[in-house]
Amino acid sequence: MRVHTAPHVFWRTRRGQARLASLAVVIILLAGSVLVLIPFFWMISTSLKQASQVYLAPPIWFPNPPQWGNYVQAVTRVPFHLYAWNTTIIVGLVTIGTLLSCSLSAYGFARLSAPGKNTIFMLLLSTLMLPGAVTLVPTYLLFNALGWVGSFLPLIVPAYFGSAFFIFLMRQFYLTIPRELEEAATIDGASVYQIWWSIMMPLSYPVLATVVVFTFVGTYNDFFTPLIYLTDESKRTIAVALSYFQGSPRIGPQMHLLMAAVTISIVPPLILFVLAQRYFVRGIVMTGIKG
Amino acid sequence: MDTPHPQPQIAVRQSARRASRRRHIEAIHAYIFMAPAILGLLFFTLGPMVASFLLSFTDYNILTDPRWNGLANYDRLFNDELFWQSLRVSATYSIVSVPLGLVVALGLALLLNHKMRGILFFRSVYYLPTVISGVGVAMLWRWLFNGDYGIINILLRGVGVRGPNWLFDETWALVALIIASLWGVGGTMLIFLAGLQGIPQELYEAAEIDGAGRWRQFTSITLPMISHVTFFNLVLGVIGALQVFTEAYVITGGGPNNATLFLSVYLYRHAFQYLNFGYAAAVAWVLFLIVLALTLLVFKSSPLWVYYESERPGRN
Repeated sequence: MRVHTAPHVFWRTRRGQARLASLAVVIILLAGSVLVLIPFFWMISTSLKQASQVYLAPPIWFPNPPQWGNYVQAVTRVPFHLYAWNTTIIVGLVTIGTLLSCSLSAYGFARLSAPGKNTIFMLLLSTLMLPGAVTLVPTYLLFNALGWVGSFLPLIVPAYFGSAFFIFLMRQFYLTIPRELEEAATIDGASVYQIWWSIMMPLSYPVLATVVVFTFVGTYNDFFTPLIYLTDESKRTIAVALSYFQGSPRIGPQMHLLMAAVTISIVPPLILFVLAQRYFVRGIVMTGIKG
Repeated sequence: MDTPHPQPQIAVRQSARRASRRRHIEAIHAYIFMAPAILGLLFFTLGPMVASFLLSFTDYNILTDPRWNGLANYDRLFNDELFWQSLRVSATYSIVSVPLGLVVALGLALLLNHKMRGILFFRSVYYLPTVISGVGVAMLWRWLFNGDYGIINILLRGVGVRGPNWLFDETWALVALIIASLWGVGGTMLIFLAGLQGIPQELYEAAEIDGAGRWRQFTSITLPMISHVTFFNLVLGVIGALQVFTEAYVITGGGPNNATLFLSVYLYRHAFQYLNFGYAAAVAWVLFLIVLALTLLVFKSSPLWVYYESERPGRN
């Protein structure tokens, strides 16, 4: 008798309702996850097919045997190592520049006083809403006049002049650090520059990591800037090289190779995401809530 | 009791002078620290802004010197059917994709705010597309939307629907780009999630005691308590939607028949394909004024629908 009625009553209890709600949430989230992951599945599936298997209806979901050789072809038919090297140089130098310039500026805004500081900070923040298009043409003309078009310089140099978003992020972080350490260091005779470098930089490791992951992903995925500045084929980044790999508009020739190249191209950000997930979350939370 | 100082006023004056000297030195250090930001602001933002404003009144193609031509660029712009087309495309895309993205992101955030095991896994899955967005993913979308062999139409065929030839259909190409944009709501979703987690739990407990149902709790507690987050997401969403380039350029290239000619693609063509730099600057300024007007509109309207904690009565 008890065994018979128990399941009937269960969903009326508080705990039972909570369980049912959790179940519903899991089902919806699972369905959504499938939608999110299907494109990746289709990409990998296509990348492992033979050319003759790509355009089949009904499609082959799990190519057998998987054509791992497609990956080798995708990186050897084009000078992929060159694109990877170019990308590494640019991402590396941009990341270093962003870290240095933004942490310097952020320290100034957070800790030192100077006339006009707040006005400059507000001006800087308002540029967050500025569409990049409005500065595009003159910036291009400037780099062109300097003879930099075709080189990495237009992509790298601006990173050494701060970025409003990251300066804001770091300033907010510095404001949460107690001043005692700096005051003690001042009494010991340390200069502001020593304080910034030997006290603030090590303490701000979490926010530096956040800036690194966002800069890495942003620079790695950037398409527009390398598209307009890296006119020479040997200077292309992975992102731009991919777009030329595409071929005819109707049906990209050798879709299996194209998808193999795309798969390879998403590996670096993917690894970074797996390793440093909490820094992505932290950065987003900081901007959304404290902004 | 202090021993009387022989010249107290001089001491005061000296210490005041020393303090002012210290402030002076600190200001110099401050400017040195802020130098990257200040120079960046001058060289890469304010300077180019002024320059692009001036350029927009000229005829300039790099090969010859800029020639002043008054309002000719703007005149040509407002009489160019393609400009109006690009404005329509960008507006349609923004009006549909931004609210839709906000709703989807908030819905996901509500689900992901549920306390249970494995929720972190789902958070990662939904955020993942944001990390790897770029040319590769845009090319992947081209393949997914392929009319005959793309997986979207294959799945639609599975449920008995004949899918359109997405990217080569003037109506459906923009829809395809909006669908692709929804795939990347992870960032917005995480910001909403952080907002939801900041709502004090006792508000819900009090509402429950007062007999408020789930829906009532959502509209009277959740929505007002995250309205500042919604505001933030809306502003960023509008600015982002009006600047979409990679997806439009790689997935559809602005076609078919300019059905996905976004403002940014129109601008790109004039600047870097036709080398009409003066004209492109005019387009950029019009885009800038639109973004500015929309941002101001959102800001001005915010007191009507954004609720700030500090205004909460009885809580200081």
